[in-house]
Amino acid sequence: MKRLLYELSESWKIALAQMRSNKTRSTLTGLGVIIGIVAVTLMGTAIAGIQIGFDKSMAVFGDDVLYVEQWPWKPVDDWWNYRDRKKIKTEYAEPINRMIAATPNSNLVEAVPTSSLIRNIKYADSEVSNVLVRGTVADYIITSTFDFKQGRFFNELESRGGADVCVIGYDVADALFPSESPIDKSVLINGQPFKVIGVISRQGTFLGLFSLDAIVVMPLPAFQKYFSAKSDSDILVKIKDKTKLAEALDELTGIMRRVRGLPPEKKDDFSINEQQALKSTLDPIKNSIAMAGLFVTGLSLFVGAIGIMNITFVSVKERTREIGTRKALGARRRTILLQFLIESTSLCLLGGIVGLGLAYLMCLGIGRAFPSFPIDFSIGLVLISMAVSIATGLFSGLAPAWTASRLDPVAALRYE
Amino acid sequence: MRSETVNASDIRHPAPVVIDIENITKDYVMGEEIVHALRGVSLRICSNEYIAIMGPSGSGKSTLMNMLGCLDTPTSGRYDFNGRDVSAMNDDELAAIRNREIGFVFQTFNLLPRADSLRNVELPLIYAGIDSETRRQRAARVLQEVGLGDRLHHKPNELSGGQRQRVAIARALVNDPSIILADEPTGNLDSKTGEEIMALFEDLYERRHTIILVTHEADIARHARRTVRLRDGLIESDENGSGGVAVVPTQDRFEADATAR
Repeated sequence: MKRLLYELSESWKIALAQMRSNKTRSTLTGLGVIIGIVAVTLMGTAIAGIQIGFDKSMAVFGDDVLYVEQWPWKPVDDWWNYRDRKKIKTEYAEPINRMIAATPNSNLVEAVPTSSLIRNIKYADSEVSNVLVRGTVADYIITSTFDFKQGRFFNELESRGGADVCVIGYDVADALFPSESPIDKSVLINGQPFKVIGVISRQGTFLGLFSLDAIVVMPLPAFQKYFSAKSDSDILVKIKDKTKLAEALDELTGIMRRVRGLPPEKKDDFSINEQQALKSTLDPIKNSIAMAGLFVTGLSLFVGAIGIMNITFVSVKERTREIGTRKALGARRRTILLQFLIESTSLCLLGGIVGLGLAYLMCLGIGRAFPSFPIDFSIGLVLISMAVSIATGLFSGLAPAWTASRLDPVAALRYE
Repeated sequence: MRSETVNASDIRHPAPVVIDIENITKDYVMGEEIVHALRGVSLRICSNEYIAIMGPSGSGKSTLMNMLGCLDTPTSGRYDFNGRDVSAMNDDELAAIRNREIGFVFQTFNLLPRADSLRNVELPLIYAGIDSETRRQRAARVLQEVGLGDRLHHKPNELSGGQRQRVAIARALVNDPSIILADEPTGNLDSKTGEEIMALFEDLYERRHTIILVTHEADIARHARRTVRLRDGLIESDENGSGGVAVVPTQDRFEADATAR
């Protein structure tokens, strides 16, 4: 054991001496690893960033809300079977809630109708286009995950009465009211004034595709009065116990079939969507993007590893007599194997550390230049990068080190 | 005066046998051909002998040296080193024997170019698993013994040829081996420096080391107390002055003695 320690420290010293005496060569081969590690690490930060953005986007749907909609949240091949389905109506909320109330130990809490379309919003001389205008009821708040930056959500009374009030998203508030409070101001939607009573705090984007902050929410009767045509309606159903998702899904499916009056032989003519299913639909896509990215960047690291392997082979060849001498003096196979493994590994580790430093600086730069770009530089990533560097070193050193350890001392000593 | 008489007074009888080789052969495959480098050599070397192994190239001299140095194993025959059969040992066991029992001195010194004298001499001790404090002390002491006490931190390229060979000899001595195996130790040195190195070997012999000198130079071999000559893979002669046993045709004995002296 002690002997192994001495051999290791000796090997480490030799490795450093080798690098010092072959500076150009070490730098050039190290460069391959540095580039590889930079590429892999940056890819890693991007993947981690995408993952975080993905989770954040998914969280918007809530993990305890079911969405009754015409279309499922997954790609369908037989789209024609879905196209002709009857639209979901906001009126379904009432019978659904009645049935929930009538079911003992129902796993559902409440159904909330929503109806949405895209409109432009005006205030004074400013205008925001492509805003999601949504009509719903006061209990919408229990199905959603947002907080208020200012003001409040509309109450039961305003909801039922269809008051001309609205809650606006962060982007809308930011665009229309850059320097004043939007509360109690009236915004124009389709020429109709609505009084702002609340501002939703920033939600970010959905998968970086569209903003979740370009939204206006108003009481359903008011929405229906002005925008009922061409709007899309869904029913959101809050569930009681999210660990019993399957039961909740079954229960809601049964209720919806009764609402639609479907005979048993007919298939469902609606979709019940939820976050988990969406996640499991999107996860493979996200993972394959990540794998492809890692594979491509991994190739550059592989090229770096081949460089190290090559130079270690050269080093073994150059130092054949030294290996012979060491063997004559009592170095075992293990000793020689370790020596060259440590040489290649320390070169890779050094390259890895430099590469990681560069990647970190690049991340800082990218983060500063493009704040929205998803990047996450974590300790875990640092550890993984170091592990990958060491693994690369071991991988690239193994074949040359093995060759060196098997050298016949007689032949090695005689080698010119 | 016959050298045997001088040697006999040097040796305390009975000297323990260090190397006991019996009828070893070594064959190499070279392309299609099998080369019989050693055709059955028997040799016994006792502690505190000073023996020269001579022979022209192709005589099997180098092969025998590799066998004696446990760098290679024989094709057949028996080789006992300090009573242990080394002919069937594996690579790592042989490495351990080389490390503890054999001090190598090479014609080309074979020092690590980037390591100073101290680290070069320490090397066998690292493989022996000795702690760094003891290593340093022992390496410094043997360097002192070979007259390089003031060159501990010089690298090989800062030393003369003779000094380099002294470092190599110190390295051979540091683990207190049973034999010192020197392969043409003066081959890369001028004759004056060579004589200095031979004086050092003489000194080591006086201090009861066992020295095996492999050389083709009669001048160098003359320093030894016993000379074994090889030809065509067989021992041609063995001028036996120290109780070692060798299988030698009797008619060659006198002739060999005459050549060696």
